[in-house]
Amino acid sequence: MARKKRKAPGLNTSSTADISFMLLIFFLVTTSMDTDRGLARQLPPPPEENAEVKDIIVKERNIMNVRMNSAGNLMIENMDGQQFIKLDDLRAIVKDFIQNPNNSDNKPELHAETIPYFGEVMITKNHVISVQNDRGTPYKVYFSVQHELIAAYNELREEIAKKQFGKSFADLTEDQADAVRKYYPQKISEAEPKNYGGK
Amino acid sequence: MGKFNKNGKKEMPEMNTSSLPDLIFTILFFFMMVTTMREVTLQVKMKLPHGQNAVLEKLEKKSLVSFVYVGPPTDALAAKMGTDSRIQLNDKFAEVDEVQDYIQQERMNMSEADQPFMKVSLKCDQDTQMGIITDVKQALRKAYALKINYSATGGE
Repeated sequence: MARKKRKAPGLNTSSTADISFMLLIFFLVTTSMDTDRGLARQLPPPPEENAEVKDIIVKERNIMNVRMNSAGNLMIENMDGQQFIKLDDLRAIVKDFIQNPNNSDNKPELHAETIPYFGEVMITKNHVISVQNDRGTPYKVYFSVQHELIAAYNELREEIAKKQFGKSFADLTEDQADAVRKYYPQKISEAEPKNYGGK
Repeated sequence: MGKFNKNGKKEMPEMNTSSLPDLIFTILFFFMMVTTMREVTLQVKMKLPHGQNAVLEKLEKKSLVSFVYVGPPTDALAAKMGTDSRIQLNDKFAEVDEVQDYIQQERMNMSEADQPFMKVSLKCDQDTQMGIITDVKQALRKAYALKINYSATGGE
């Protein structure tokens, strides 16, 4: 009595595709591929409670104020005086201010500094760009100003990296990038918030 | 003569679909990997400001990032909450003085090794006035959450 060997019936898998399709569509819909991007900034630590307010004295030629009012207008103020500017012009002005290529008396003083890879160079290490805004300034304007300032530094660093190392700033080694950062140190300061001229 | 098909058509052989589920599963797994579920339901409207990709930095390591949303309440909530910009922390509206507690809370949830690398991403509507954002920034300073990131949309 040889037992008849019966083949196990195959599982019907024709609906697996449908099921996985459903899951796929669910994940397709819920997924958001966009990575978050943004301007990275560092805030200063909070002022100490009982510490005396010390004003750090910065030479007038080293400082450039960028002011924004509640209407979103832009004004810069340095040794050359005050002037209203357009956002599009800010980057070029800031780059010129940071570099001071003609060693002008109205722009930040040039210091001789020894930086690895570069040797002794003249840089404006004491310059400060001070950003002040009103409580009514639209965020859009504030953001654009920060954006332009950082873009100006990035462009300068890119230029010097190309010139010195023949590579883009992003491709430099850690040491080289540090040297470039020393060459163009980012000096953006934000004034303690004040309320200018009411609302 | 019955041997021949009258209309002369041959039946199409059926396609073998047995590998279809495997294929779909592969795509499915890909999407499962890259997907990030939105943990909070947004109660504020935000149109992020626009920047250039070359200037913006990517936010990596989401576990280190806490989010602060600022913007006018969504249309559904506008009737109740008004149209002035509000702060949203986690799932609810908050006032400026709650920001510090929120940061403290977020910090406690992190492992000790990660705490110094904490970042705060400010997702603010582009038409918000700076006043409320300045207040948030001051609160962040007090909470020693000094690494911040102004969230923006990228582009050329």
